Amino acid sequence: MRHTISILVENKFGVLTRIAGLFSAKGYNIESISVGPTEDPSISRMTIVTNGDDDQIEQIIKHLNKLIDILKVVDLTNEPFVERELALIKVKVNPYTRGDVIEISDIFRAKVVDIGPTTLTVEVTGKSDKITAMINMLAPYGIVELARTGVVALKREFKGEVYTSKEIKLIKKKSRQKQVEDDEKG
Amino acid sequence: MEKSKTNPNKDFYGKTLMGIEIFVRSLIEENVDVVFGCPGNAVLGIFDALLEISGIKIILARHEFGAVLSASGYARATGKPGVVVASSGPGASNLVTGIADANMDSVPLVIFTAQVPTKLIGNETFQEVDIVGITRPITKHNFLVTKIEELTSTIKSAFHIATTGRPGPVLVDLPRDILAEKFTFDYPEKVNLRGYNPIYSAHSGQIKRAAEIINNSLRPVIIAGGGVTISNAFGELRELARKINSPVATTLMGQGVYPEDDQLSLGMIGMHGTWYANNAVNESDCVIAIGSRLDERVTGDFNKFAPKAKKIHIDIDPSSISKNIKADVPIVGDVKDALKKLIPLVKNLNNEEWLSQIKKWKNEHPLKYKSTDKVSVPFVIEKLRDLTGANAVIVTDVGQFQMWTAQFFKFLYPRTHITSGGLGTMGFSLPASIGVAITVKDRPVISINGNRGFQINLQELATVTAYNLPIKILIFNDGHIDITRQWQELQWRKKFDEILIDSSCPDFIKIADAYGIQSFRVEMANEVEPTLKKALALKDKPVLIEFKTIYEENIFPYIPLGGSVSDIIEH
Repeated sequence: MRHTISILVENKFGVLTRIAGLFSAKGYNIESISVGPTEDPSISRMTIVTNGDDDQIEQIIKHLNKLIDILKVVDLTNEPFVERELALIKVKVNPYTRGDVIEISDIFRAKVVDIGPTTLTVEVTGKSDKITAMINMLAPYGIVELARTGVVALKREFKGEVYTSKEIKLIKKKSRQKQVEDDEKG
Repeated sequence: MEKSKTNPNKDFYGKTLMGIEIFVRSLIEENVDVVFGCPGNAVLGIFDALLEISGIKIILARHEFGAVLSASGYARATGKPGVVVASSGPGASNLVTGIADANMDSVPLVIFTAQVPTKLIGNETFQEVDIVGITRPITKHNFLVTKIEELTSTIKSAFHIATTGRPGPVLVDLPRDILAEKFTFDYPEKVNLRGYNPIYSAHSGQIKRAAEIINNSLRPVIIAGGGVTISNAFGELRELARKINSPVATTLMGQGVYPEDDQLSLGMIGMHGTWYANNAVNESDCVIAIGSRLDERVTGDFNKFAPKAKKIHIDIDPSSISKNIKADVPIVGDVKDALKKLIPLVKNLNNEEWLSQIKKWKNEHPLKYKSTDKVSVPFVIEKLRDLTGANAVIVTDVGQFQMWTAQFFKFLYPRTHITSGGLGTMGFSLPASIGVAITVKDRPVISINGNRGFQINLQELATVTAYNLPIKILIFNDGHIDITRQWQELQWRKKFDEILIDSSCPDFIKIADAYGIQSFRVEMANEVEPTLKKALALKDKPVLIEFKTIYEENIFPYIPLGGSVSDIIEH
């Protein structure tokens, strides 16, 4: 199963190697990794997307927690979270296809950021699968170069207006029940 | 260290000192009494300052591999951190196997390596290696000091990390220019490590769940590992075992935490463990693993381990729990703390039926070996045990004799079996026994070796002579690599026998002579006891004894690699 793990680390040299080393030593694959400073300049946030069964993920998290320079590890997978990735895609175009490519970009709400006589570069953000979908749409035109940032993610602040699919089902069920009760009374 | 009158650093706080002096004064703050190391260009200054400023004893080994294993022996015998100083480049990279060994066996070491000046790092400078990079996966943590301002806080952190939680080796790389700079000396009182908070206190809810399972069990077994030694929880372990009348098996690293002459003791568990320890776990309905990683050498086939048991696993390292064996009740915390909380919650159980079953097994499947008028290793171990009353520190190398020692010495006291358990480092015994002999004065220190392992670090005989350490060095010489030969026979059908013959094995008596060490050679069973007696009587000097042992002997019981109790092979 795909897991998105958010890690707060000391902003020091060598921390990335320790984490990457841990994954490689255990034979776990990193699907994507992104690093950047947080609101506190002494702390960086890493977002790692990896695959594994529950036991493997449990071991990964335990081992990450053991590293001295790691401050906090959260597996976002089991809670509501916002996930975004950015990609720059350079597509081969000619005067006949340029319009099509721009049209596809519009549908994905992507922006054209560079244009040349034979290429067009678009910037797209969204969940990883949206980006993959857009890449697949553009592939027939010929992708010259591609750069993806990897996923960044944050936990959602849960205040009642955002529900998980389970909770939505529960709310629907309750409202149906209420309707049935009202009908009976009426 | 308190800033009191007796503090040798009291006149130096707030003074501007050379980095090298700050380093030495920091070791004084950490109450270091001995440093193991090898001289080299880049560290001569450190040794010079150690001699001039501090009363810290310096033990100079002949090889950095020896130095780090000596520090490991010292740490294993005392529980205090072993301190190593090594030079840059090859001096540092020579440490690698010893560091990995300490990491596997949770031994607290603080290793200082010299590094080329900061400006030259990464330039392929003479005697430069990236030792922080090399040792990253085999240390608990490591540091490269890049500013003189960070020197004291880094040393403080290194000692703190090495000795707390699950202990382990910590390496500090010191560039030469940093030690030559000047800075104000002040030693921090606290460490500032916000990412490092080992959990000592066991969760009381989990303890309650464990107690419930124990109270409803009919066939409990305790597996005690090295964590009991580290936590000094011998009394608590005994109390728990006696209260619930549970038999106690120990792992190799756990030997000595529970007296093996006690009727509840099952001796060692695992690949070469006793038949009854392995079978007790197999039949048990409640396995309590305490301070053990439950390594594959302990459990055999993970899927067939203790199939009928609920498993309670206590360890300070969360990643050791449910790594190999899924725990029903995981308890993260210090072993001593967990046992203290658990004991009042468990009932007095008598387990009469279970204990009589175990007694029956012990009678039916005792440990045994073939008797011969030549020398057999288990016979020597039994004699050694009788002559010392188990009141000796046994430092074993790796091989068949290590397992025979584990089986037949019947350890009674904690920290009396010093051995390389996890990594299985051949060449461990002689240097480790040096570290033990530096600190253990009230018990004989006995180094037990095979003919091949002994040759890996035999240069350390010079260290033994230099400091006149009264180690009794036993070498079992069967002219082969014994345990490997056994595997060859039992698993690989004797195909490559010629590789395993130690055809150019030196004359160990002549080697002892060359180093000025008194020696004996024993070839017959009836010479064993008198020779051991003679050697043990020479209390204030080293002695080497070579035992010419029979070659075709195998060690049993034996659970083949990846097997389970049903695959056990006996004599």
